[in-house]
Amino acid sequence: MSQEPKKNAFLIFLDELSRSSFLVTLLAIFTGLLLGGLLVAVTTVDVYTAMKVSIWDGIQVALIAMWNTFYNLFIGAVGNPAEIIAALQGGDALTIRRAIAPFFESFVQTTPYIYAGLAVALGFRVGLFNIGAEGQIFIGAATATWAGYAFKGLPVYIHLPLALFFGALGGGIWGFIPGILKAKTGAHEVINTMMMNYIAFLLSDWLLRAPMQDPNEYTPKSPWILDSAKMIRLFDTPIRFHIGFFIALLMAFLVWWLLFKTTLGFELRTVGLNSNAAKYAGMKVTSAIVIGMSLSGALAGMAGANEVLGVNYRLTPGFSSGYGFDSIALALLGRSHPAGVVLASLLFGFLRNGARMMQVRADVPIDIVSILQALILAFIAAPAIIRTIYRLKEQKVEEAGISTRGWRSE
Amino acid sequence: MTPILELRGITKRFPGVLANDHISLTLEKGEIHALLGENGAGKTTLMNILYGLYTQDEGEIFVKGKKIDVHSPSDAIHAGVGMVHQHFMLIPVFTVTENVMLGDEYIKPGGVLNQQKAAKKIRKISDTYKMDVDPDAYVRDLPVGTQQRVEIIKLLFREADILIMDEPTAVLTPQEVDELFKIMQTLIKQGKSIIFITHKLREVIECSDRITVIRGGKVIGTTTPKQASMNQLAAMMVGREVDLKVHKKKAIPGNAVLKVNNLKVFSTAGQMAVNDISFEVHSGEILGVAGVQGNGQTELVKALTGLMPVAGGEISIDGQDVTNSSPRKITEIGTAHIPEDRQKDGLVLASPITENLILSTYYKKPFAKGMTLQNQNIFNNSIELVKKFDIRTPSSNTAVSSLSGGNQQKVIVAREFSRPIKLLIASQPTRGLDVGSIEYIHNRVIEKRDDGCAVLLVSTELDEIMQLSDRIAVMFRGKILDILNANEVSKELLGLLMAGVQPSDKEKKLARTKKQEIVVT
Repeated sequence: MSQEPKKNAFLIFLDELSRSSFLVTLLAIFTGLLLGGLLVAVTTVDVYTAMKVSIWDGIQVALIAMWNTFYNLFIGAVGNPAEIIAALQGGDALTIRRAIAPFFESFVQTTPYIYAGLAVALGFRVGLFNIGAEGQIFIGAATATWAGYAFKGLPVYIHLPLALFFGALGGGIWGFIPGILKAKTGAHEVINTMMMNYIAFLLSDWLLRAPMQDPNEYTPKSPWILDSAKMIRLFDTPIRFHIGFFIALLMAFLVWWLLFKTTLGFELRTVGLNSNAAKYAGMKVTSAIVIGMSLSGALAGMAGANEVLGVNYRLTPGFSSGYGFDSIALALLGRSHPAGVVLASLLFGFLRNGARMMQVRADVPIDIVSILQALILAFIAAPAIIRTIYRLKEQKVEEAGISTRGWRSE
Repeated sequence: MTPILELRGITKRFPGVLANDHISLTLEKGEIHALLGENGAGKTTLMNILYGLYTQDEGEIFVKGKKIDVHSPSDAIHAGVGMVHQHFMLIPVFTVTENVMLGDEYIKPGGVLNQQKAAKKIRKISDTYKMDVDPDAYVRDLPVGTQQRVEIIKLLFREADILIMDEPTAVLTPQEVDELFKIMQTLIKQGKSIIFITHKLREVIECSDRITVIRGGKVIGTTTPKQASMNQLAAMMVGREVDLKVHKKKAIPGNAVLKVNNLKVFSTAGQMAVNDISFEVHSGEILGVAGVQGNGQTELVKALTGLMPVAGGEISIDGQDVTNSSPRKITEIGTAHIPEDRQKDGLVLASPITENLILSTYYKKPFAKGMTLQNQNIFNNSIELVKKFDIRTPSSNTAVSSLSGGNQQKVIVAREFSRPIKLLIASQPTRGLDVGSIEYIHNRVIEKRDDGCAVLLVSTELDEIMQLSDRIAVMFRGKILDILNANEVSKELLGLLMAGVQPSDKEKKLARTKKQEIVVT
């Protein structure tokens, strides 16, 4: 019995994973990859040419095409093992860095996913469906950029956290607005965050054309941020890996701590699971909604800030390649748990990074990765399919984690 | 004569549970056969097998001596078996005729619905069985009792001879229950047969011809209302002697804890739900609020607990004015609340017992230190309360959703009673619970009263009100018609008040003497 109280949320989570949902998730990823491979095979022209000779030839070519795709996806994501070994033996620092760069680049790709995935996952826990992460990312990037070039003469240990904070603040405000609208008027956050997205896109467009445009540029681009606001890089070029990844891990830990270890987190989760019971128990449902949306927005804003301060160093139109929308997938894949979100983000980050190499070497369009992501998600969202394919036993308890309220309820 | 329906050795297994263990049952033509058992005894599983929603693992079903295979509800309907579900399967915006003919439509040439013909048939059914249902009325406008009759008509429309009624009285007022029993009698007189599923003893005695008791998936015995007493039936049902009578000492009322003055509350629809009522509840007494569901009790409780705004008047608890105070403030003064709908409002079903037990105290010592939760203390608290309140669960980390209704209610009672309270507001505290759990909850409530707690008990169960209360207030259309001493009230008198009729002094006197007679015998 003395062991049982030690069973904290993380252990319960692990326990849950081992029981079945983790297995389902893994099988969903596996099945998604497999189907993606088949898709590559049926869209490769060579396969059909070979088919005309004999079915066996066709299958052979198809297998080669699939192998090429996944091999290059892997090489692109973690680097070429042969090259890495050769470079290490050669001993030239630049060659080594070039060889291991793809591996670290995957973490660079992962970092914004972690922030954005946490944002949506936190929302889910409070019963809110924040589909406005994309807009919050834009605003967070804009405010962080401004803080990055407007404050001058600060040391890095003040300027960088300040710029990151400004990013969180911008995103937080963008989340606060639909939050307060929902709390005070009952307006549904799905619609309002969607609308806030459009406002954010057009607002950042305008900012780049007028007040924030670099006077030395003819195209809409902001000034470069100061060196003191840049995320510290841990290696020389061409490795872009920076401390943002560790800050993201820290945020994941903080979100976990907040949700599962604090009274505020208890309120947020209770409101998310049953707002009526929360109200009856004397909790303030409206303030939980506002806090939940604001924190969710702040995390998304940090994703935007991370991209500006760690990678781009200035704001340009359309810099976010859809992190905000992928984040919904990440939260679902990670079952709204911070640890799950980190794992899901790593998967997406490595896939995205590997996809470029795959496009160049195997001549497979980069969009196949989006299809892979979509397939994996479809299987996650419909666990019954996976259970049927692999003859898994029905899970007794309902899958926990996602608890977004319906359209009309408070 | 061959029975109209015979079940032989029906067995159904679910993973880890033997829901039905070789159950055999016969239904004679023209009888009401009550199927009595606690929640989870296997009654509903058995009937779902008969109705084709499940398939049995073993056993056979015979209708009129002929073996039938039932794989879907349409097989069952074809064999003349119909079911009235506990939760109605009606479309509110459709008329009675449209609802009844849904799935079995009369069609004119050209694919046009023949509503007139269907309506004619419905009217005939309604007249034959004295149901008083207008085929052209919209279902949303009908009271619950009439909606249930529409469900019955649906079956008769499809020529069903065997009617299964799953807890039909759970949603009805006492008057509607009486009407339902009358209709059931008419039905069997006309040659229909009824299986009546329930866990309410009084109803079984009142209306059935034969009674079969099921416990733990097995048939415990079949008897008749004449042979068996309520106590015997309860013992068969629960598996041990159950005391159906509530034992309590005489109340020793102290000072007024809850004072309500000219209270007015609007419903969410904006109507005057509580209309200018005043009353007091003293420490050491139970004030029962009787009334048909929907006469303002819900709004009254919500206003008292801070969940609904007060439109006029004052509420004070223990001398403090709590009119329009927050639920938290009212809780902190020392108010416990057992909400009407435990699953919707009282519990977080997906969360473990540990968390549900601290739902209203999580921010206080010893459960929180600053803003961090103290998991060790939270866990110890749950171990202690699970033991003290006899919550049957594999572990205190179990999600509340997997507990039985009675144990779920015990979680709420444990949470609310484990902190110091001066006032208990209990709304339908035993709704849907089995006999054993009802006994348990009632004893705990009386314990609280004897500890000097003021108790406001809101219930639509007349038996519960009469057994527990020291004084009884009857609500009708948002007003309190009268507050009576419990020893001066008869069921008839309460029934009149609940229907909004002010009884004459003669009737009151009669009630008093009647009550005394009962006490004497």
